[in-house]
Amino acid sequence: MDLDEIDRQLLLSLSEDATLSAGALGRQLGLSQPATWRRIKRLHDSGIIAGRRLDLDREKLGFGVTVFLGIKLATKGRVSLDDFERAVSAIPEVQTVEHVLGMYDYRLRVTARDISDFERVLRRRVMTLPGVGNVEANVLLSEERRPGPLAE
Amino acid sequence: MLDDLDRRILRNLQSDPTQSIPDLGDRLGVSTSRLTRRLDKLRDNGVLRGQQAVVNWRALGYEVEVSLRVTLDKTQTRAFDDFIEAARGIPEVIEIQTFLGQVDVRLSVIARDMGHYQQIYRAGILTLPHIADIEALMHVARIKNEQGLPL
Repeated sequence: MDLDEIDRQLLLSLSEDATLSAGALGRQLGLSQPATWRRIKRLHDSGIIAGRRLDLDREKLGFGVTVFLGIKLATKGRVSLDDFERAVSAIPEVQTVEHVLGMYDYRLRVTARDISDFERVLRRRVMTLPGVGNVEANVLLSEERRPGPLAE
Repeated sequence: MLDDLDRRILRNLQSDPTQSIPDLGDRLGVSTSRLTRRLDKLRDNGVLRGQQAVVNWRALGYEVEVSLRVTLDKTQTRAFDDFIEAARGIPEVIEIQTFLGQVDVRLSVIARDMGHYQQIYRAGILTLPHIADIEALMHVARIKNEQGLPL
């Protein structure tokens, strides 16, 4: 689907604040409420807007540590990939699992209350996963989401 | 401090952020006015910062996603600041993260295809300041994606 300038502006605004109403967005862009609503609906229907994300302050909720793990599997083969993916996805502290190509096979985002809680997750849950080989950990210090190529 | 009801509210809202307040109230067995007050309190405390639309870049024709793990030249005192400032200028960079560990900074870069990626990599990424080393991980598939917290 091709986006025009107004679609891009809508997408940009909604990716900052998804709770904005069609009326409020329309006023910003000089568009009627129904016309804005139709455009937003089209962005949803075409799958360009994949959903909403709740922006929570992790630290205030007691999740002080986020660690990214790079995991290399020791044994490969389709069965072991399936087993690994199923088991790793079942760990509640593992927020994202990405299958990647490069020096690692999987990239995990793990959230924990503090470093000792992270150690528990790492030792009891991650290191015991089927097929796990080399594991590299990097502690997240800051993160910033960018608007991406919408403002061109 | 958050109590059990706050956590239930956030857990439910996290799994479906688009649900209406009356629906959420029904699900939790809480009156709409009580729920509204709780949500206002969570916003005032800064726990609930807002909601954002998730853009599916693939649906916009961006087929390639690469994770670039960058090591910086830390003998330069402004290495992090300069690098991040310049990386913000590349539109295809959708995420910038800094780390403690073997990796200093990670950039998520999207591109329409490999040719486009090559172009961004050469004309954009490689011109960023203070790079000591770069490793690329090519994104194949997202197996799990719950940015939600295990509340």
